[in-house]
Amino acid sequence: MQTKYMNPYLAGFLLGLLLVATIYITGRGLGASGAIKSILVESVNVITPEHTANSKFFSEYSETHSGSALKSWLVFEVIGVLIGAFISGLISDRLNFTLEHGPNIKSKVRIIAALTGGLLFGFGAQLGRGCTSGAALSGMAVLSTGGILTMVAIFGGAYAFAYFFRKLWL
Amino acid sequence: MGPLVPDIISNDLNFIVALVIGVAFGAILEQAGFSTSKKLVGLFYGYDFTVLRVFFTAGLVAMFGTIMLDHWGYLDINLIYINPLFVGAAIAGGLIMGLGFVIGGFCPGTSVCAAAIGKIDAMYFILGSVIGILLFAEGYPLWEEFYNSYSFGSVRIFNTLGISQSVFAFILTSIALFAFWATSIIENKVNNIKKPAIRFTPYYLGLTAVGIFIAFAAFMFPPRKAGLIELVKNEEFVKSYQLKEISSDELAYRIIEKDKKLQIFDFRTFEEYKNLNLPNSISFTIDNFFEKEPNKLLTLRHRSNVFITNDEMTERRIAIIASELGYNNIEILKGGLIEFTENILGFDQSSVPQNKIETTTFEFRKKASTIIPEMIKNNKPAGKVEKKQKRVVGGC
Repeated sequence: MQTKYMNPYLAGFLLGLLLVATIYITGRGLGASGAIKSILVESVNVITPEHTANSKFFSEYSETHSGSALKSWLVFEVIGVLIGAFISGLISDRLNFTLEHGPNIKSKVRIIAALTGGLLFGFGAQLGRGCTSGAALSGMAVLSTGGILTMVAIFGGAYAFAYFFRKLWL
Repeated sequence: MGPLVPDIISNDLNFIVALVIGVAFGAILEQAGFSTSKKLVGLFYGYDFTVLRVFFTAGLVAMFGTIMLDHWGYLDINLIYINPLFVGAAIAGGLIMGLGFVIGGFCPGTSVCAAAIGKIDAMYFILGSVIGILLFAEGYPLWEEFYNSYSFGSVRIFNTLGISQSVFAFILTSIALFAFWATSIIENKVNNIKKPAIRFTPYYLGLTAVGIFIAFAAFMFPPRKAGLIELVKNEEFVKSYQLKEISSDELAYRIIEKDKKLQIFDFRTFEEYKNLNLPNSISFTIDNFFEKEPNKLLTLRHRSNVFITNDEMTERRIAIIASELGYNNIEILKGGLIEFTENILGFDQSSVPQNKIETTTFEFRKKASTIIPEMIKNNKPAGKVEKKQKRVVGGC
């Protein structure tokens, strides 16, 4: 049997403390999408180094970051997230290969939706300079106008579009 | 003083810190239920507001925590990463992410978390985000201009809105509390639950009490700096405070001898400093005590830090503030620069010594009054304290 989830306010409280500690120790907030970008940059660099040299985005990244793209703070942090979530799932007995989807759609639709959603989120996080962790949550902690504006746009956008995709979930 | 990276925690150790923080981050997200898309999108359909509760609580705690650390002088806010504002990109990027959220059911952090416990849809979501980032990278020249337009730098929300930090914190807290209450009612309605939305269990009361304590700690007491400046307004206290003093003759002697241990901190205005600067002196301000990098100079070992300004009383006040902040090896110049000018720089050559000690002293002063102005003329002023550290680069 699966155990219950943590009380949301307690989880939020702990997450807030973790974020303060992160800011105090490292001077930066939490993040996620940046790690995926680092892995992509490194992969492109290994597969086609010429492309890295020709593409403005990839060459700019190499200029501003010294050493391997994988040696980035967020890559290590996200490896930690994988470990932490796995341990938590193990303790609470939630480890399971499942494909979750709404009651009225097939697995195939869910896969396409997940891919599309991921694509949009990945693109949007690059444009918005951060995702829900890096821009919205961390931006709110340091009261950054940019972070808070992105947060409002993410959640505002999600509410605005939610009606059109209700069949995916309800 | 924070941030601890890079001087207290090295850049390499920081990667281990990242891993540990990541483990805690992943565990908290998973325990909160962020590893299932059904729970995440519940926010947008009204049947589960867990995301809002976790997110808002975390944001508030982190905000108050950061304000508190800054307030008490434990964190140099000028060094931490403040997400820069690019209006167009922030709004457009945010809206695209919002669309991705309702279609995909995850955000990048939660998808990693869900994939870790075996959610196949989350793995597809990650694959999708790789493609999304690749698309952004390949088409970068097309939207580069928009990406960098309407740039306002690392601005903070209370400055943008033109209100004080505390007023903004209060408004945000009120919005959060209202949202917690309202969403509980909506959630119960959607799920046909008859329980009251707010229950005063010891659990909630405890959490609220801790929250209120943090909020108060961040605002109730005067900031460290204001408190200390208030403290040194009391003349009696300032006069009776035990401080190490150095006479103008001794300072002159050590300057002439080019004493390597001597560090002179000049607290006059920068204009005054530019006009006349002693060798080995640096222009300093009280604000520098509260900044991470400048105060390193004060903590160098085996140095004697001489504080100078025009009058001794001001020197005392500044030295007391520094001592109270925990800085050691502080000495003040007896009589201030006024006396130093009188005794050394502008020594009256026609003074007649009254006894043997004065004879030696006057001889020394006569010598010093020619050597030191010469040294001052040849001195390249160090200027203000250099701040090499830049803001940490963060973000995704």
